[in-house]
Amino acid sequence: MCDQTFMAATFGPCDSCGKASPLMNIYIKSEAINYCSFCVEMMACQQLQKGETLQSLKKESDSLKKKLEEERGKLNDVELHQVAEKVEVLSSLSIKTRRVLKGHGNKVLCVDWCKDKRRLVSSSQDGKAIVWDAFTLNKEHGVTLPCTWVMACAYAPSGCAVACGGLDNKCSVVPLSLDKNENLAAKKKSVAMHTNYVSGCTFTNSDMQLLTSSGDGTCALWDVESGQLLQSFHGHTADVLSLDLAPSETGNTFVSGGCDMKANVWDMRSGQNIQSFESHESDINCVRYYPSGDAFASASDDATCRFYDLRADREVAVYQKDSVIFGASSVDFSLSGRLLFAGYNDYTINVWDVLKGTRVSILFGHENRVSRVRVSPDGTALCSASWDNTLRIWA
Amino acid sequence: MARDMSDKEILKMELDQLKKEVNTPRSAVSKNCADTIAFVEGLMPNDPLIKGVPDDKNPYKGDKGGCTIT
Repeated sequence: MCDQTFMAATFGPCDSCGKASPLMNIYIKSEAINYCSFCVEMMACQQLQKGETLQSLKKESDSLKKKLEEERGKLNDVELHQVAEKVEVLSSLSIKTRRVLKGHGNKVLCVDWCKDKRRLVSSSQDGKAIVWDAFTLNKEHGVTLPCTWVMACAYAPSGCAVACGGLDNKCSVVPLSLDKNENLAAKKKSVAMHTNYVSGCTFTNSDMQLLTSSGDGTCALWDVESGQLLQSFHGHTADVLSLDLAPSETGNTFVSGGCDMKANVWDMRSGQNIQSFESHESDINCVRYYPSGDAFASASDDATCRFYDLRADREVAVYQKDSVIFGASSVDFSLSGRLLFAGYNDYTINVWDVLKGTRVSILFGHENRVSRVRVSPDGTALCSASWDNTLRIWA
Repeated sequence: MARDMSDKEILKMELDQLKKEVNTPRSAVSKNCADTIAFVEGLMPNDPLIKGVPDDKNPYKGDKGGCTIT
């Protein structure tokens, strides 16, 4: 008769996975560890420190998250709309469509104003980027790009170039020439190279640097002349859908939001993630800094827009209504920061009172989803881009 | 890139980030909200979308006359 015998000194629950099995008594740095043989192998192969497993990391992460919530909660002594009770209620706004820009052959995905307050660049699913004069409705330039779904476009601060990118995984800078006969696409220069689609781009304070966000989960800062990667920002665990630069002249931070439901604030020089906010319940489609630079707003597929204060390090307002059930795709503030314009997938733009948290007005007019809303640099007009192939100027 | 990282690496990255964040300096919400409100009230009188701009100054409103056809 052969009895099978194990070389096991003890049998019991494993210190690591908790399952009852024959344990291997090993000593690490003179400490007795009782792990089952499977866990010992896992430990050796994955080079985890003693006691580190997916569960323990998750537990530590959850407890730190709770501690962070507590620390933030200590300073949450009042709500924004409570402090704002003394503020005068807004009188009704007289904002109407003043211009409809037609010309794109397919969904308009992005729009950006020029610093001269009258020109705009818009990009579309048809692969074209068009530069318009908003006062006269004149189309000044048109660039055809080799890919469809140009999801991001930006005007250079000097007004002499535009950047656009999308499904081609690149962001290209096109210098705008006054010569009508010149083929702009020939002068196009690829600056940013990502491993997935480019979802957002913006110039920094000069024409020389470009900041991009991508579906590969990273943001990156590029030198336009050489195309060199100056800094990359890792920290999101899913596609990054939007980014916005802090408004001040000396500012060197930006905020990004993505499909991991997090909004992160980054330091551009060090590449560090300074603050992180996770209170949305679905993808964050758009983030936008407040005019003062001390706060930002985000729009999400969970049909809410939220307002976060950076010095208090927490969310201070949520803009939602039971009747608003479609995701918000884009947000922007009016010049004073009193109004928040948010474009939704139910074809409307809701205007929220930032301080009181109430909806002031609804702007109807588009015949398909609103993909982007942008207030002009001097605050006189709002431009909205939509999947109905048009852009509307509201004033 | 996030999609190339294993779950363990992602958790480690999140953990490191949280450890840094717990020590961030924070100030009270009431003070910051008061600052925000002061900022807005200072700029609101000049906000064209709230106050409105007289038709003759607004480049978007009104027709600058029609065109005459002769």
